Amino acid sequence: MRTRSIAATGLGFQLFRHALLGLGAFLMLAPFVIMISVSLKPSGEIFAPEFTLLPKQWHAWQNYTDAFTKQPLARYILNGFIVTGSIFACQLLTALPCAYALAKLRWRGRETMFMLVLLGLLIPPQVTAIPLYILLWQLGLLNTYAAIILPSTISVFGIFLMRQFFLTVPDDLINAARLDGLGEFAIVWRIMMPTAMPAVIAFGVLSLVWNWNEFFWPLIVVQSEHLATPPLGVVFFANAEAGTNYGPLMAAATAITAPLVIAFLAAQRWFIDGVTMTAVK
Amino acid sequence: MSDLALAAPRGLARPAKARAGETAEQLAAWVLAGPAFALIWILLLGPTVAVFVLSFTDWTFGMPEIAWAGLENYREMAGDAVFWKTLRNTLTYVAFVVPLSVFLGLGAAILIEAGESLRGFYRAAFFLPVVSTLLAMALVFQFAFHPTVGAINLTLAFVGIPTTDWLKNPNTALFALGVIGIWQAIGLSMVLFIAGLKAIPKDLYEAAAVDGADGAFERFRRVTWPMLGPAMLFVVTITAIRAFQVFDTVQVLTDGGPNKATNVLLFQMYQEGFSFLRSAYAAALTVVFLGFVLLVTVIQVRLQERNTHYG
Repeated sequence: MRTRSIAATGLGFQLFRHALLGLGAFLMLAPFVIMISVSLKPSGEIFAPEFTLLPKQWHAWQNYTDAFTKQPLARYILNGFIVTGSIFACQLLTALPCAYALAKLRWRGRETMFMLVLLGLLIPPQVTAIPLYILLWQLGLLNTYAAIILPSTISVFGIFLMRQFFLTVPDDLINAARLDGLGEFAIVWRIMMPTAMPAVIAFGVLSLVWNWNEFFWPLIVVQSEHLATPPLGVVFFANAEAGTNYGPLMAAATAITAPLVIAFLAAQRWFIDGVTMTAVK
Repeated sequence: MSDLALAAPRGLARPAKARAGETAEQLAAWVLAGPAFALIWILLLGPTVAVFVLSFTDWTFGMPEIAWAGLENYREMAGDAVFWKTLRNTLTYVAFVVPLSVFLGLGAAILIEAGESLRGFYRAAFFLPVVSTLLAMALVFQFAFHPTVGAINLTLAFVGIPTTDWLKNPNTALFALGVIGIWQAIGLSMVLFIAGLKAIPKDLYEAAAVDGADGAFERFRRVTWPMLGPAMLFVVTITAIRAFQVFDTVQVLTDGGPNKATNVLLFQMYQEGFSFLRSAYAAALTVVFLGFVLLVTVIQVRLQERNTHYG
């Protein structure tokens, strides 16, 4: 009775639900299917007048070998891990202590600091591009890993998210740690961070997704192939192949999309909760 | 024993202790928040102020001299037909992408939550585009939009709908990019609406049933729709801000063309600032871009304030 009042359970309605959602899911997944399908085919079949899901003549090995040898694709993917890993480490190092000070300590600058964080949340990342480019140019850092990483070392979103979570941690836990002789710094890393693991993971997932896929900023500051992040690498690839060699190009696209998609399928809950957590707070 | 020993002095000595520890706490707080404070100014707020200042100068990237130009950059912008076209394109893109992403996401959320079977699969399928690399997927769409062998035209031709070279036709290119934008945005609005739906108290539906709201539509109109108000406002805001940021697909697929038909604000800013090195003019374009994003936020806050009176 109770469930009936929430969800309509009529057979007709269920058919209607599956028909619409099935069509929707088909359209959402179709690009992935096309990508993988094309990455398995020789170019003759790719430009054949009718589309088939599986190739008549398997060309997967050649396409993926081409993708990894014609361009340093493995290097792009490695760069992706280096950049996203460094960025998240920096964001965590700067955000957690600040979030703790905002949530749990009484100090004179607290309101001002929180205002700055809220102000920072309003500014889209592209707004700072020109001045930061000039700054990095002055420092002689253009076209380095540092140029990609530095502007993202602070995440006001991370500070905000962690502060909200820290507010729910009972003060008694912190007082007990102080009585045990722990300093404020140790409290942040040994008490607050383990307690806030769900929020840290949500923050990590969002940071990873955002920075792995980020294209605008690397496009501006990186010219060298060996520094390219995955999205930039795919563009180098597309330009080098002049947009005609779709087999290897789709193989490359599959390879750089795979890490996040696999991570998502393995840990769906964390991804969806992470995104949702940003909304509820 | 130890509990008593601890509790007594804490209760008694609290005021004195708080005063003694106050300076230490102040100091600790500044040490902990200091790095973030400095970085927010250096990397976020400082550069935002700098963009404003730069937009009133005549600076070209790399030039040794810089001079005030007053409103010259804004005057140039106002007199430039390309700027107005860019602005119109951006607003058209937002007006196309936002309603469709929001309503398709809402529809998906309601249908997914309305049944048990395959719930996890549908949610994953709709959400997958959100986490996938837009740039790689843009190249897949480029292939799907291919005039003769692309899946889209093959399907449309099969059904008997007239086809065109979607990305090369100035009348359709912006909407073709919009389709990619919608495809990526639906999943986000879906999960946010699912969170909103789960927050609706179940007894409201029972109360509505007692009041005679029997059909699915009546329940939706009288309970779901009004209760989703805050979630709706948030989803519209976040989708609109993201739509204003459209750049990746324009850069790889159309390069602003054909004939500036897909030139959008950020792409124009990128070209002026980093291809033509006209930093000051690009800064003025950035200010306009920021203005629109802030306008969206201001509208959100206003509506939120109005809603909280009965919400």
